[in-house]
Amino acid sequence: MSSPEGLGAPSPAASWRLGLAVRAVRVINRGVRLLRLGSGTVAGGRVGLAIAPGLLRSLLAGRTTALVSGTNGKTTTTRLLAVALGAGSGAGSTEVAGPGATAVVTNATGSNMPAGHVAALADAAPGAMAVLEVDEGYLPELVATARPAVVVLLNLSRDQLDRTNEVRMTANRWRAALAGSPATVVANADDPLVVWAAGGAQRCVWVAAGLRWRFDAVGCPACEGRIRFCDGWGCDCGYRRPEPAVAVEDSGGGVVAAFADGRRLPVELRIPGRFNQANAVLAAVAAEALGVRAAVGLRAMQSVDAIAGRFAVHSIAGAQARLLLAKNPAGWAELLDIVGPSRQPVVVGINARVADGRDPSWLWDVPFEALRGRRVVATGERCLDLSVRLRYAEVDHDIVRDPRHAIARAAGFTGVADPSVALNRGADGATDVGAVEVNAKVEFIGNYTAFHDLLGR
Amino acid sequence: MAPLRVIVVYPELLGTYGDGGNGVVLAKRASWRGIDTTLIEATADQRLPEGDLYCLGGGEDAPQTEAAEILASDGMLGRSVANGAVVLAVCAGYQIIGRTFTDAHGVAHPGLGLLDVETKRGAGRRAVGELVAEPIGAGLDIPTLSGFENHAGLSVVGHGAQPLGRVRVGVGNGDGTEGAWSGRVVGTYCHGPVLARNPALADLLLGWALGVDTPLAPLGDHREELLRAERLRAASRFRSWRFRSH
Ligand SMILES: [Zn+2]
Repeated sequence: MSSPEGLGAPSPAASWRLGLAVRAVRVINRGVRLLRLGSGTVAGGRVGLAIAPGLLRSLLAGRTTALVSGTNGKTTTTRLLAVALGAGSGAGSTEVAGPGATAVVTNATGSNMPAGHVAALADAAPGAMAVLEVDEGYLPELVATARPAVVVLLNLSRDQLDRTNEVRMTANRWRAALAGSPATVVANADDPLVVWAAGGAQRCVWVAAGLRWRFDAVGCPACEGRIRFCDGWGCDCGYRRPEPAVAVEDSGGGVVAAFADGRRLPVELRIPGRFNQANAVLAAVAAEALGVRAAVGLRAMQSVDAIAGRFAVHSIAGAQARLLLAKNPAGWAELLDIVGPSRQPVVVGINARVADGRDPSWLWDVPFEALRGRRVVATGERCLDLSVRLRYAEVDHDIVRDPRHAIARAAGFTGVADPSVALNRGADGATDVGAVEVNAKVEFIGNYTAFHDLLGR
Repeated sequence: MAPLRVIVVYPELLGTYGDGGNGVVLAKRASWRGIDTTLIEATADQRLPEGDLYCLGGGEDAPQTEAAEILASDGMLGRSVANGAVVLAVCAGYQIIGRTFTDAHGVAHPGLGLLDVETKRGAGRRAVGELVAEPIGAGLDIPTLSGFENHAGLSVVGHGAQPLGRVRVGVGNGDGTEGAWSGRVVGTYCHGPVLARNPALADLLLGWALGVDTPLAPLGDHREELLRAERLRAASRFRSWRFRSH
């Protein structure tokens, strides 16, 4: 094994330590892959950082790096940006953290903290560009460590509720980290908190990407007054939406990226949803800042049909289930839009483990009313909380605690719901749970552990 | 008869924990019984409308203080309560309708004084987890209260009000009691939202607002019964989750 290049360590001892750390990460990465212990290689990253705390900085030294952060859409945007840059470099594909020379390296598994970054970078060729998804809390650290060429800021809204989450505090920390950074910041002009965060940077490219969830953005970050959303957004103090360089627009034929220079590029993806089209435009603008024309980047993104298992159709319990992951109210609203047009049955899975947030009262912030008239099955460890929420949304549904059985039930393969749950239809219109028409195509929307349990099996 | 007006107060400031659901539960339970009902989400940039039932929810520190100041200068909530309106206030909202509350920096703020309750900041740990309380006091003929608490307040109920319940699992007010009520004003630390988990409390408030003495027609809350049974079982199992370092 050759010693890693670009480490530029000042002393032989430090250099030796960094070399050892990289080798340790590579060995653990390989072991994890061989033993099929899962896609996550965070373990190796942790060991590497324990051996040499400066490992991440040295792995990123001399590399062109792009960082992607925000509450929703990080994993998708990171992947789309990596694909776009891969197309530009002529490599054609983006081998993910695999051995051998690749043009673009990225943490595709969503391990978005430093240990995950180290794990992804340990196997990267010296000249490869790095496209890293970054947890919101770690963005300041990564900006300092990576000295990125580009930072993409998507949106900021509340995440799991019983974790300390002050989105405004996050916006302030981002702003401080980006103040004076030479990076080009590609930022969503429609999110006042993101604009505030990006405001300190030397160079910003504003993209009108839309904002679905506004409750976290009503307080003005500049003066603590009130932001009004009307023809963009603005506050009486003068803080207002910047003029975007690129806008995501609906035209007759579909969504286009409308550039201030007159270009209008169609945004056609295989992954669903307006939200992902907006993410694609942000990624294309970021790719252009790194030398790949937006049109080239957008064309390359058409090859993507699933992101870390999300949006992919899986065969489960005999049904064809499209698996969708939502982690917070803003994400749920986007996904309910995505499943909106189809008339397929919908299975909604809710857990409330630590990774999900132990308090599922956010269910009442989700517009489940959109599911009225659909065949709906409530599942997961907190299916009863969901069932009560659906009752008040006046959404008829069955309750089947086991997710696989729930999918079978939604597809119409089984006529009898979970016998452990005595009642399945509302008192507000009790309907007999009889045999239903078979429809093997099912939409499954789950929160974090509900989704991963199903994907992992 | 004019429709029953249910007002969700300042959801953009006091809407952190899905407590807006309390307004939805009240409005639906009224309209399912054929009662003409209007549900209004009243934002802080407008005058607070006149209503029969007001719901205040939880919120973070700065929005809580802002909401208290705006409500005090607006004046409508106090006038409506004097005229017999019903109030359900949860968590930060509960602290706001008390006499004083203290923020994260230790600064005391005047509340609206609708409940004889004073809230101070608890030392260190934040109360997070399932909350179970047995209702106490004449006139509160409802079963065990179930909710999820997430707060750092210690509330003392004065002589002008009485506790809503005695804590079985969780922290509540911090002295073994949970919440407070007086007249037609109820405060609690239970999220969930509390009325989704405790339909009997929802119907009690509706009965007050409608001015009826007889119980409202049952709605067949079977799934709520299942949810309550599950949460009460979980609460006894997950006692250890009750605290977390902040
Ligand atoms: Zn302002």
